[in-house]
Amino acid sequence: MKQSKAFYYIPYGLWIGLFVIAPVVLIVYQSFFSVSGHFTLGNYANYFHSGVYLKMTFNSVWYAFLITALTLLISYPTAYLLNQLRHKQLWLLLIILPTWINLLLKTYAFIGLLSRGGSVDNFLSIVGIGPKQLLFTDASFLFVATYIEIPFMILPIYNAIAELSPSYVNASRDLGASSWQTFSRVIFPLTLDGVKSGVQAVFIPSLSLFMITRLIGGNRVITLGTAIEQHFLVTQNWGMGSTIGVVLIVAMLITMLLTGERRKKRRTNHAK
Amino acid sequence: MKRLVSLIITILVVSLGLGLTAHHLQRVSGVTGSGDNVLNLYNWGDYIDPSLISKFEHETGYHVSYQNFDSNESMFTKIRQGGTSYDLTVPSEYMVQRMKADHLLRPLDPHKLTGMNNISPQFKNLAFDPQNRYSVPYFWGTLGIVYNDKYVTPGSITSWNDLWQPRFKDNIMMVDSSRDILGMALMAQGHSVNTKKLSELKSAEQKLKTLTPNIKAVLDDEIMMYMEQNESAVAVTYSGNAAEMISNNKHLHYVIPKESTNLWIDSLVIPKTAKHVKAAYAFINFMNRPENAKQNAEYVGYSTPNQRAKALLPASVRNDQGFYPSNRVISNTQVYQDLGIKETGVYNDLFLQFKMFRK
Repeated sequence: MKQSKAFYYIPYGLWIGLFVIAPVVLIVYQSFFSVSGHFTLGNYANYFHSGVYLKMTFNSVWYAFLITALTLLISYPTAYLLNQLRHKQLWLLLIILPTWINLLLKTYAFIGLLSRGGSVDNFLSIVGIGPKQLLFTDASFLFVATYIEIPFMILPIYNAIAELSPSYVNASRDLGASSWQTFSRVIFPLTLDGVKSGVQAVFIPSLSLFMITRLIGGNRVITLGTAIEQHFLVTQNWGMGSTIGVVLIVAMLITMLLTGERRKKRRTNHAK
Repeated sequence: MKRLVSLIITILVVSLGLGLTAHHLQRVSGVTGSGDNVLNLYNWGDYIDPSLISKFEHETGYHVSYQNFDSNESMFTKIRQGGTSYDLTVPSEYMVQRMKADHLLRPLDPHKLTGMNNISPQFKNLAFDPQNRYSVPYFWGTLGIVYNDKYVTPGSITSWNDLWQPRFKDNIMMVDSSRDILGMALMAQGHSVNTKKLSELKSAEQKLKTLTPNIKAVLDDEIMMYMEQNESAVAVTYSGNAAEMISNNKHLHYVIPKESTNLWIDSLVIPKTAKHVKAAYAFINFMNRPENAKQNAEYVGYSTPNQRAKALLPASVRNDQGFYPSNRVISNTQVYQDLGIKETGVYNDLFLQFKMFRK
């Protein structure tokens, strides 16, 4: 019996070994080699000494933060309202529907909307604001990135709110809490886990966006993703590309740890 | 649980069915490319007239399997890693040099080539491949400036330095290529596009930074779409892309700046890993024929190095200074040399710094 159980673990073990551990090990390994194939720590030295990569890291984190904040701002109320509606599942389906469409296609659709003479531009002219440069601005980049990430934020929050028992809310109201107090002291803390997974699901991919930075940002917004792409495809400096990859992985681990630790703390608080 | 299982089974059955159909279709049209009568052509996207491929297949009985790449570097990486068996590919001149240095190319046998005399001497025996031992010129072109006469008076842009004028604020698009854009700044300052002097490169980067307020976007082929839609007044791009834009929007014009510009040549080469060398020679010879080269040039829009094919083109094309410039202009151009991996990295880092720079 025990043997057959171990047998079932084999595919998972293989999967994790081949597709999770091996690639990460390879990236770390590659990051210690210079262009000429010698073992070196130079890539890391280069990363932390040149202002370019640090600035790029700062840019990436800043934009990822903005995207996450905007997404959260829109998603939380949406998820909350969604739970109050009658045909929840239908509305949820409508929100998830855009994720069925390829990312590249959606981005190209936005190019059509935002370009000069596009629908948005025409609308602005009719309203009297006049034609504006919409594409290739920070605002349009943030807008499109937020649009694309929203479903990944709404889903976990929606689930967390759906699991929240209405009796807590009722109790809080009965005991005299105002609506704001009910929200900030009861509803939000109890759905925090959903928010955290949402933040993870949005922040981490946003760190390395590179296609939208090019198509919508016109390469005026440079993130680490752009640099990795160039090192692998143009300069053939796989070592440096891998180094940036390692830094990104570490940044993601930190994000995960930060969100995980707080969860533990809260559990101990509960125990008290 | 039962529903889940039946759902999964349905998906598996449907995928299996589709997979088998695809496999069958591939076999019917022979895309797999493993037989003897095949030519595996690894080329840039949309870089040959498809009707020429059918003509070649009809004439010789070979089946052409056409695959695309979108940059010299990705093509190089794929061929170097092995596991491929492309019979012909089309690198640019500096990449011919690098592939040659890495022993990835098979030398051409001059006795098996025909029609080499059709190719203009201007494009033969150049520094990147003396005596054309490895490569046969396929197309050539220049880097230049496209402007839209709705926003720019014709004739008011003649040099790279004109781009720095404040009237083009936020109105210039440029190709996302470190070599071409740093090269542009180098040429604007009168330096060589192949320079390895750090001082010249640094000053080119400084010069580029002062162009930042004028730059709207740094893109690849999307530039064509935007220029056709009148999104931007000026673009720095390749002559072939310019030809395509101009054929779709009559307001656009192409200028070769007077300082100098880069002249590039894409050539047919046979990689070492080729399995159907005979077919490869047949294809090179087929493309060397003037009527085929002319048809291809009309379809693709780049300039043909085949002088007899050029003579067949309509006079309006043949005499267009943007696409078939005079010998004086051509002799003033510069051809890229392979910089080596280290210098490529330097160019790229400087270009990245320029792209990150905000006004």
